[in-house]
Amino acid sequence: MVGITKRFGPLLANDHVNLSIRPGEIVGLLGENGAGKTTLMNILFGTYAADEGTILVEGKPARIHNSAEALAAGIGMVHQHFLLAPRLTVMENLLVGMPRQGLSLDIAGARRKLDDIAREFGLKLDPEQRVSSLSVGEQQRLEIIKALFRGARVLILDEPTAVLAPPDVDGLFAALRAIAARSLGIVFISHKLNEVRAITSRCVILRHGKVSGEIADPGSASTREIAELMCGQEIKPTIRPPVAKGAALLVLDRVSTTGHPGTTLTDVSLAVCGGEILGLAGVSGNGQKALADVVSGMLKPVSGTVSIDGDEVRDFTPAEVQRLGLGRVPEDRLASGLVSSMTLAESMALPRIAQAPFSHRDLLSRRGIADFAQKQIREFDIRCSGPNARTGTLSGGNLQKALLARELAFDPKAVIVAQPTRGLDIAATRFVHEKFLALRAAGRAVMVISEDLDELLALSDRIAVIYEGRIVGVLAAEEATVSRIGLLMNGAFGKAA
Amino acid sequence: MNAVLEQIFQVGFLAAIVRIATPLTLATLGEMISERSGVLNLGIEGIMLISAMTGFMGAYYSGDLWVGIVVAALTGAVFAALHATLTVLLGVSQHVCGIGITLLCTGLAYFFFRLSFTDSSHPATVQSFETIPIPGLASIPVLGPALFNQFALTYLTALLVPVMAYALYRTPWGLNLRMAGENPRAADAAGVNVMATRFLAVTLGGALMGIAGAFLTMAQFNTFTFGVISGRGWIAIALVVFGRWDPWRCAGAALLFACVDALQLRLQAAGVSHIPYEAFLALPFVFTIVAMAFMSRDAAAPPALLRPFRKEER
Repeated sequence: MVGITKRFGPLLANDHVNLSIRPGEIVGLLGENGAGKTTLMNILFGTYAADEGTILVEGKPARIHNSAEALAAGIGMVHQHFLLAPRLTVMENLLVGMPRQGLSLDIAGARRKLDDIAREFGLKLDPEQRVSSLSVGEQQRLEIIKALFRGARVLILDEPTAVLAPPDVDGLFAALRAIAARSLGIVFISHKLNEVRAITSRCVILRHGKVSGEIADPGSASTREIAELMCGQEIKPTIRPPVAKGAALLVLDRVSTTGHPGTTLTDVSLAVCGGEILGLAGVSGNGQKALADVVSGMLKPVSGTVSIDGDEVRDFTPAEVQRLGLGRVPEDRLASGLVSSMTLAESMALPRIAQAPFSHRDLLSRRGIADFAQKQIREFDIRCSGPNARTGTLSGGNLQKALLARELAFDPKAVIVAQPTRGLDIAATRFVHEKFLALRAAGRAVMVISEDLDELLALSDRIAVIYEGRIVGVLAAEEATVSRIGLLMNGAFGKAA
Repeated sequence: MNAVLEQIFQVGFLAAIVRIATPLTLATLGEMISERSGVLNLGIEGIMLISAMTGFMGAYYSGDLWVGIVVAALTGAVFAALHATLTVLLGVSQHVCGIGITLLCTGLAYFFFRLSFTDSSHPATVQSFETIPIPGLASIPVLGPALFNQFALTYLTALLVPVMAYALYRTPWGLNLRMAGENPRAADAAGVNVMATRFLAVTLGGALMGIAGAFLTMAQFNTFTFGVISGRGWIAIALVVFGRWDPWRCAGAALLFACVDALQLRLQAAGVSHIPYEAFLALPFVFTIVAMAFMSRDAAAPPALLRPFRKEER
């Protein structure tokens, strides 16, 4: 790609970007959110048209104006959000859009090709299975097979590990190495530095739409070095200054649940004190969601109690726990946090809509709602067009800031946050972490549920590990290591000690 | 009582079911193919009416019934293409647009019919289609006259069901069409022209709706009246749900409905005097509502139904 430039209105998303991908190499494309990585790849795949610049495929200028032309030129893309039809079979998803087919679908030929791919790259799937019955990892495998099936010579993967559990990541990496070994080129878009260092053979860093650096041997570069190239500024490690521990502000006593979709809780007892950050580690789907739902008043436990600053929660509703002084930042920012179709100001007022400053004598106060949003947008540096921006148009990092801004404005005694930095870039992650540390310094209790162990290790005073709905261990920061937590997370309690 | 039953289940009963099912099957398949690509066509009722009218006029003026059928198919295709232009290309709400199409077609049908046939005291008629017995098969007792002494259009409709099933499930065209209704962005990323696929599906569906309308004026009856469709288009929309968006099941649903409709006609004729005839008239519709209440619970519509597709969306 030579001199690629793309504008969205006044925004220069790509500014004369050059990028080359050679056979057999895995090129890391790094950059903060909004640096132009995805835009650049969408131009390569024909989703957007570049305003300037040319794309050369095997030395010849290629005309790529839509995905059909990209596929014909040997470019395949695995989108971050999979593009599959869940109700159709693996085979149907593979065959859709294939050019130059006869009158009937060539199932037998496709099967042979699928067998070849399985043999060559070690990527196997049952062609008759419905996509809805595949795991996330298998769906991603299907996306990769789809690209290979269409004869891709260059494979683009947009944030491929964002959705994967750690064991699936290893599988993905093995597959990518096998693909690169067959002298295909791979572009690996990510902002997870450790992964980039592990898998890529070369790294290109984008910042504000321009190439800001290139690293020839990412394996030997330090994470910090790369991060600084991405942000354009020095990165200080997170420091947790000592804070005096206060009284227990959020207490769960022998909480059990039933009837919850997913894993239920059994006898969970936890206490988070003022001035403390408690991390909750666990493989996804081991009861974290039930725990978050109980604490935020969305799920009533069958036995056990929850207390906030000494007051027992009697009525499990979000309004009640909020009244007792709990702030919640849910995992799914748009499903149970903010409302995508409302304005940002409305979304931010919603949980406390009947109170001042949002309402006055049972009538909404437009002014109060807008002023509150305006103030929080300034204070939390939320990037948007203003209080009237539609919530759904904000990026993940800004949504998370908006959620935090909403909850922290009311000075909660205890805060529960789930996956607080998922999908966020380095700068936004730092911002969120600093807010947690500020809460801690102010003597509040913070419970962080996360699948990112590095995050938990950096933030937490103590780390509790949940496995199949039980708390299987609580480690103090000093004794917590990735390997010890990892063992507990996999249910190997005996060996952890 | 026995006399009543005898009158109902005479030989003509089965034949009536097949005859009534023909336009319903055509209309249901037309709606199904449109919805499978992701576009609900509520214009069906109006499209059937105006095609019944143009088809009738085509046959009346040309003297050839098949010319009428072609005219009806083209009329259906044109108005469905209008629906597709608005909903697929311009992304207008499919509900609103469909209702609009029905109102437009109904109005136009009234207007042009009145303009062409000013004398309403002597309604114009055509010599309607005649049934064609299939040699040999038609003489099978009971089933023969019912299944093998039908209109040519009925045979073609019966043939259309497996053809449509094959096209939908076994051809690249059908797979792309289904993908457009399942996940249009995925279809686009795989190189499918979603807009063109949907446009074609809606237009083709409209042609089938048009033929269904013309069947009513040229086979079932021999003239055009404004009540000729009388809700059959709406019923087809329900039958698509009942038939779970599958050609075979849709045809089955149409047959089942036809069965109830034929029964209701016989019951009226049998003159069970103490029940008002309106109760029988309502029977197929009550049946549809009850069937829908039970069946549509787990019926999964194409996920992208009603959702417009726009390409460069950020």
